[in-house]
Amino acid sequence: MFPRPIQQRSPAARIAYQIALPVALIVWLLPLLGVAMTSLKPASDLAKGNYFGLPSHLAFVNYVDVFRNSPIAQYIWNSFRVTIPTMIGAVALSCMTGFALAIYKFRFNLLVFFIFVAGNFVPFQILMVPVRDLTVQLGLYNTIEGLALFHIAFQTGFCTLFMRNFIKALPNELIEAARVEGVSEIQIFWYVVLPLMRPAIAALSVLVFTFIWNDYFWAMVLTTGAGTQPITAGLYSLNGQWVAQWQLVSAGSIIAALPPVLMFFLMQRHFIAGLTLGAVK
Amino acid sequence: MSSPLSSSASPTAAVGRGAPRSHGYWRRNQRRFAPLIFVGPGALMFLIYVVIPIFRSMSISLYHWDGMGAMKWAGLGNYAELWSDPAFVVSLKNNVLWLVLYMLAVPAGLFIAIFLNQTVRGIRIYKSLFFFPFVISQVVVGLIFTWFYAPDFGLLFKLTKMLTGHGVAILADENYATYGIIFAGLWPQIAYCMILYLTGLNNVAPDQVEAARLDGAKGWRMLWYVILPQLRPATFIAVVVTVIGALRSFDLVSIMTQGGPYGATRVLSYYMFEQALSEYGYRMGYGAAIAVVLFAIMMIFISGFIWKMYRDETER
Amino acid sequence: MVQLKRSVLGALAISTITSLAAHAGTLVINTDTSDPAPKKAFQTLINDFEKANPDIKVTWNVFDHEGYKTAIRNFLSADAPDLVNWYAGNRMAPFVKAGQFLDVSDVWKQNGLDKTLASAMPSMTIDGKQWGIPYTYYQWGIYYNKDVYKKYGVSVPKTWDEFLAGCAKFKAAGVDCTTTGTKALWPSAGWFDYLDLRTNGYQFHMDLTAGKVKWTDPRVKKVFDNWAQLIKPGYVTKNAAALDWQDAAPLLVQGKAATYLMGNFAVATFKQGGMKESSLGFFPFPTIDPKVARAEEAPTDTMHIPAKAKNVAEAKKFLAFLASAPEQTKINDILGQLPVNNQSTVGNDPFLQEGFKMLSSAHGLAQFFDRDAPAQMAKVGMEGFQEFMAHPERVDAILKRLEAARERIYH
Repeated sequence: MFPRPIQQRSPAARIAYQIALPVALIVWLLPLLGVAMTSLKPASDLAKGNYFGLPSHLAFVNYVDVFRNSPIAQYIWNSFRVTIPTMIGAVALSCMTGFALAIYKFRFNLLVFFIFVAGNFVPFQILMVPVRDLTVQLGLYNTIEGLALFHIAFQTGFCTLFMRNFIKALPNELIEAARVEGVSEIQIFWYVVLPLMRPAIAALSVLVFTFIWNDYFWAMVLTTGAGTQPITAGLYSLNGQWVAQWQLVSAGSIIAALPPVLMFFLMQRHFIAGLTLGAVK
Repeated sequence: MSSPLSSSASPTAAVGRGAPRSHGYWRRNQRRFAPLIFVGPGALMFLIYVVIPIFRSMSISLYHWDGMGAMKWAGLGNYAELWSDPAFVVSLKNNVLWLVLYMLAVPAGLFIAIFLNQTVRGIRIYKSLFFFPFVISQVVVGLIFTWFYAPDFGLLFKLTKMLTGHGVAILADENYATYGIIFAGLWPQIAYCMILYLTGLNNVAPDQVEAARLDGAKGWRMLWYVILPQLRPATFIAVVVTVIGALRSFDLVSIMTQGGPYGATRVLSYYMFEQALSEYGYRMGYGAAIAVVLFAIMMIFISGFIWKMYRDETER
Repeated sequence: MVQLKRSVLGALAISTITSLAAHAGTLVINTDTSDPAPKKAFQTLINDFEKANPDIKVTWNVFDHEGYKTAIRNFLSADAPDLVNWYAGNRMAPFVKAGQFLDVSDVWKQNGLDKTLASAMPSMTIDGKQWGIPYTYYQWGIYYNKDVYKKYGVSVPKTWDEFLAGCAKFKAAGVDCTTTGTKALWPSAGWFDYLDLRTNGYQFHMDLTAGKVKWTDPRVKKVFDNWAQLIKPGYVTKNAAALDWQDAAPLLVQGKAATYLMGNFAVATFKQGGMKESSLGFFPFPTIDPKVARAEEAPTDTMHIPAKAKNVAEAKKFLAFLASAPEQTKINDILGQLPVNNQSTVGNDPFLQEGFKMLSSAHGLAQFFDRDAPAQMAKVGMEGFQEFMAHPERVDAILKRLEAARERIYH
């Protein structure tokens, strides 16, 4: 193990480490703690210039205000309406593409695979004008469907990379055995491979959820107005309305961050497994 | 969930329940068509929304177009204009700055990972909390740091005022603003690199470490000669995601400064959006030309990545 | 397989419903009036219209203010409503030139609007035709903290020199003579516009924004020289580039700044911050050259019919209704702004009354830099103004850049 386990060091080093841990954490999360605290300050504290002290009383009313005086609930609902279909669509599509690219040897297999991988890395801006045009032409501009369709297509790139490598690592004998028994290819996918992919599906779902929830660029390009915009774009426009009302901006930020944070803590293992794919041999 | 293998029903048992076996043409040729059936839907979507638009953008970049009226042929006019456009040059410079400074996330992530790679009580919680910034949307990160940097009442402003007598409003100062945004961007990026390295450290071969220890290696020498070579896959991914992240930097610029003060914090991704879509923009052709330049820069790194993947694939 | 297929198709084939079919007697209106007062004004307007025309059913879509500027491009060409709101002057020119707005000269003729809306007619006219109906405008000028003026014994200035003399006193007392927040760029243009209008006059300013004058012209340089008299001694709030205009408003309210050059919509913000009419004052931008006739900024908001509108007859009815004197009186009371129709009555608010007097006697009315100049020039220009306010010594480089932009944009 590297570094040497702290238990093997001197007691002084151990105590120093136990102290250093929380101190480092507080420094690391300082900006976030500041915002969390600001979100609980009554407006009068800020007006008096109490920006950094403790709140004079805990003003949960800020959170109530955010919901009462802004369409934030609608924004969050929109986010779910974009995120969940995207999660399902991209994972479903990539189960299939990943399966095909991992199992079959066909001409252009690698080429198709590399196009998915490369496409996943391109700058969004090179897609922006044509995708926006296409969405307008389909009559899907400023709709949840238009945004979700694009996300499904784009996320398929990353998901395919993930799924293909995952399936490639499965024991090939299983598939061969099934073929010998005369099982059809479609049944192999459905009954043999898919059940083995559960961990990958879980990991990807969590990742895609987070990516899409946090997407801001495409929300800005393809939607406008509170009826369709997800929370990231919504927060941007609320920030414009709440100028100088940092207690509201802070509360809104915390609310916006909550769903992916919950997702992360509930599904931590899958999340990290997905993110660190390829980080170990 | 338990191990992937134990979670599946026996394949043969499953097939027994399956549909009646098909015969004839399909049966004989299914392995030829199956790839098409499985790749088809995903590939089609990807083609429509990703591959074709790339080429469309390239062609749009050869026109003057306001997004409403007719397109007017411009040849390479948009590209020629780029080089005499001071805002483009500033954006390009800032992109280089982002690339270079963003790379700090890799060693910083490694450092924190080493710091946290212990087995004391509660360390899992610490690891999760250190990773936390990556889960939050960049919009929220941007707002958090805008608040942190705010003139007059921001924490940093007060701090510098206390130390030097006059506060620095990072985001109002053309010399510091870009650094301020990059610093905000590093926060989640370091967390990402940290998690990659933590996973990597978990998989370092203990016997090699022990053997090196017996040989008297420790500290920096151990890290450099024994650990880092084993962490190469993690380092590779960390570098790739950091480069991509640096070149994609849009959210933070848009939230924190909107490219200001007077365009000092623009990067290509933001400038493209500004030219093509913002209130004062609607130069789709010019925007597309900026996007093509950004794409070309990105392609250098993407090609490297694909090339390495290709080598790994064909070695197998 | 069947199940999987269904879920994939389900995700893919999310259908394309939306879009209301146009029936006779319907009217679809898109506006960006998401702030409380404008929203209420339009609600009132639409209710009144429906009451007067019971056979017409109005569908009203409110967009967020910023998003609207992008959205309008899409819905004009893709899914056009019957009416939209927008701005007068050069700001509507791209839509007129792209054939996206309908010529509504007939509405003007049939309702005698060339008389009642005479003051705004030039800014609604392109190629001799009218392309929309103006319904509100407001003044710009200098809002000041009366208590601060009293405290330091400064009297309300009439001339630029008096203004600067006051600034020196405020500076000595550690008060910002004037404050602003230029993060969104446009507040800096208020300063440029007024300094140009006072230094070179209305016609010159119009020629400049129309691209007919070089930015390197010595007369433009003179404007920046005058501006530098304010910036170089440090009379303007520092770090303005990182502030939104609302961020700077508390400085005036708390007496840390003495004045604020703004549009009349800012009064609501100042009052919200705790200022009363006893402490908040207003004066017109001071005179620089007495030989130059006084012109003012008065941005006008307008409504238009998209070229692809489905219910043109109903939309024209609505425009005529919007142009009428009683309706303009009513909605501008709610907006806290000035009616364009000269038969309307102006609200009792002292700032409105003062503004109305000032604008009625003005030699010319400018729309505002980002409405008079084309969008691209506005952007480059306002960025230059913002930079100048932070670095007045760079004036030559900035003007050279603006001139290069002018040559490219107008050609």
